[in-house]
Amino acid sequence: MLRESLRMSLSNILGNKLRSLLTTLGIVIGVMAIIALVTIMQSATSEVSAQFESLGAGKLTVQASGTPLKRGLNANDLAAVEALEGVDGISPTLSQEMYAAHGDAVVQDVLVKGYGFAYFRRESDAMARGRPLTPIDQDALSRVCLVDAKLAAELFAGEDPLGKSLTLNGVRFAVVGLLQEADSGDMLSQLNAGGESGTVILPYTTYQRVFGAGLVTSLEVYVRDPALTASVSDELEETLGRAFNYRDDSYTVINMESLLDVMDTMMGLMTNLLVGIASIALLVGGIGIMNMMLVSVTERTGEIGLRKALGARPRSIQFQFLMESVILSLLGGLLGTALGLALSLGLSRLMDIPFTFSPGAVALGAGFSLAVGVVFGWAPARKASHLNPIDALRSV
Amino acid sequence: MSMQQSAPFFRMTGITKSYLMGGEWTPVLKGVSLSLEPGEFLSILGPSGSGKSTLMNLIGCLDTPTSGEYLLRGRRVDALSADELARIRNRDIGFVFQSFQLLPRLNALSNVELPLVYAGVAPAKRRERAEQMLERVGLADRMRYLPNQLSGGKQQRVAIARALVTNPAILLADEPTGALDQRTGGQVMDLFSRLHQEGRTLVMITHDPHIARRASRLMRLLDGELSEGAQEDA
Repeated sequence: MLRESLRMSLSNILGNKLRSLLTTLGIVIGVMAIIALVTIMQSATSEVSAQFESLGAGKLTVQASGTPLKRGLNANDLAAVEALEGVDGISPTLSQEMYAAHGDAVVQDVLVKGYGFAYFRRESDAMARGRPLTPIDQDALSRVCLVDAKLAAELFAGEDPLGKSLTLNGVRFAVVGLLQEADSGDMLSQLNAGGESGTVILPYTTYQRVFGAGLVTSLEVYVRDPALTASVSDELEETLGRAFNYRDDSYTVINMESLLDVMDTMMGLMTNLLVGIASIALLVGGIGIMNMMLVSVTERTGEIGLRKALGARPRSIQFQFLMESVILSLLGGLLGTALGLALSLGLSRLMDIPFTFSPGAVALGAGFSLAVGVVFGWAPARKASHLNPIDALRSV
Repeated sequence: MSMQQSAPFFRMTGITKSYLMGGEWTPVLKGVSLSLEPGEFLSILGPSGSGKSTLMNLIGCLDTPTSGEYLLRGRRVDALSADELARIRNRDIGFVFQSFQLLPRLNALSNVELPLVYAGVAPAKRRERAEQMLERVGLADRMRYLPNQLSGGKQQRVAIARALVTNPAILLADEPTGALDQRTGGQVMDLFSRLHQEGRTLVMITHDPHIARRASRLMRLLDGELSEGAQEDA
C-alpha cells in the first residue's frame, strides 16, 4: 500500500514535470533562503566569536576618565587592583606619539606604549624574537624597549635591531625584543596596532618616570580563572569607585565575555527575524502546493471514483494524495537545501568567512518542507477522500 | 447451478432513491423490488433517464438507498459505513463501465492489479493473478501496453479482467458495449456469455434491446419502476 502510493505519487509528479517544478518553486525559494540565512549567520557568528575569544577570555578592560581632581589611577590604585582576589596581573596602557632616532635615521610619529609585564604573560605570541618585558624591567624602571618590524626596518635599515639602542624624544633605550607583526587575527589588535611609522613598547613604569605620565587612564586586568570574571569585575568596580570617590561616570569596566554574550544574543535574534521573514516564502509555497493539489483532485475526480469503485477506502485515497503533496514538498525542500548550501558557500567565499556546513540547517529544510507538505496537503487529500464515488465516476 | 444455495444472491425490497434537484426531492427509483439467483445473467433494459444507472450504483454498493432493504448474500448493506462498503466493492463486486475507466498512466497489467492492491494482496501474488486474468481474456501479448495503445475492444477486455481479478461474486456492467462498434461489442458479449456459462452471476444495464436479449433474464426499467420484461416485445 505504501509502496503503491509512493509509486503513484512519483508517477503523477513526474507526469507533470513543469507543473510540479513551478508548484514547488515557492518551497524551493523558501527553504533556500532559510538554509542560506542560517548557514551564513552561523558562519558569521562563529567568526566574530572566534575574534572576540582571541582577545582573551578572563580579561577586564578599564577606561578611567577620572574626576577633575584626579584624572586617572595612581600607583596605589593600581596596587589595590592588582591585590584583588582572583587578579592575575595588570597591564596599564599608556601611549603617545614620539620621534625615534638611531644614528642618522629619525622617524616621526612613532607610537610609544607603556605596558605591564603581565601583558606578555597573556599574549604568548606577541614576541617575534628577543625577550618580552619582565617584572625586573618593571620594578627597576629599565630603559629597555621592544620594537615592531615596521620601525625596525625604517630605523635600522637591514641591521638586526636586537642589542642596539634607539632614542625616543631624545631618551636612550636598549632594544631587547622584536614584536610579532600584528596579523589580521583579531580586530582589537588591529585597532590598537599603532602608528603609521611603527610601534615601540616600554615598561609602563619606565614610561611614567621618563615621560612624566603619572596617572593611568587605561588598564587591562587579567583574571586567573575565566569563571571568576564576574566576581572580579564586581570587586574591581568597588575598588575603582573608592579610587574616584564614587563619582558617576568616572570609569568603565568592559567585560569581553559579557560583550560576547550580548553579541550572541543579538545574532540569534537577527537569525530568528530573518528566518521569520524567509518563512513567508515557505507559507506562499505551501499555498501554491495546496492550490495545485486542489486542482489535481478536481482533475482526477474520475480516477478517485474509479479507485473507490475498485475498493479503495476513503483513508487510502487520503493517504495517496497526502503522500503526493508531501513528496512534492520534500522534493522542493531537497532542491532548496542544495541551492541554499551552494548559495551560502558562494556568499561565505565572497564575504571571506569560513563556510560551516551545518547538519541542523539541512534538518531544518527537510523538516520545514515535510511540515508544509502535510499541512497544506491535508485539506485537498481530505476533499478527495470524501468525494462521492458516483459523482466522481459520473464526471468522466 | 448448485442446489445447496437456495437463498437468492441478492434481494432488494421496496428500494427508493430520491435526489435533491432544484430545491425539491425528485424520486428516481420508486419502490424497486428485485431478487437475483446465483448464476443468473440479468439485463436491465431502459431508456436514458429511467434511473438505471442509479439502480446499478445501488446494486454495486456505490450508493445507499433513500429507503428500502437491500440484502447482499444474506447481509444488509443499505446501512453500512464507507469502509465496509469499500470492502464489499473490493471483494464481492466487479465493475465494468461504458468508458472502460482504465488509468491512463498504468499499463494493462498494473490496471488489472489495482483492485488487488486495495485487497492487500502481496505484489508477487498480484502480478501472477493479473497475468492469469489477462491471459483468460486473450491479452497475454498486450500486458505491458498502455490503455491508449490498445483498441477499444481490448481496453474493455482489460477492464473485464480487472473486474474479475478479485474473483467477485457478481459482475456489474453498465453499458459495456456503449463505446464499442458492433463487432467488438459482439466479442465482449461473447465473453459475457462464456462467463455466464462458467457459472458467474452477471447484471448488465443497457438501452440496447439487441444486447439485452443476450442475457438469461430481462427486466425493464421505466420511470423508476421495474417490470419483468417479455423477450418478444423488446
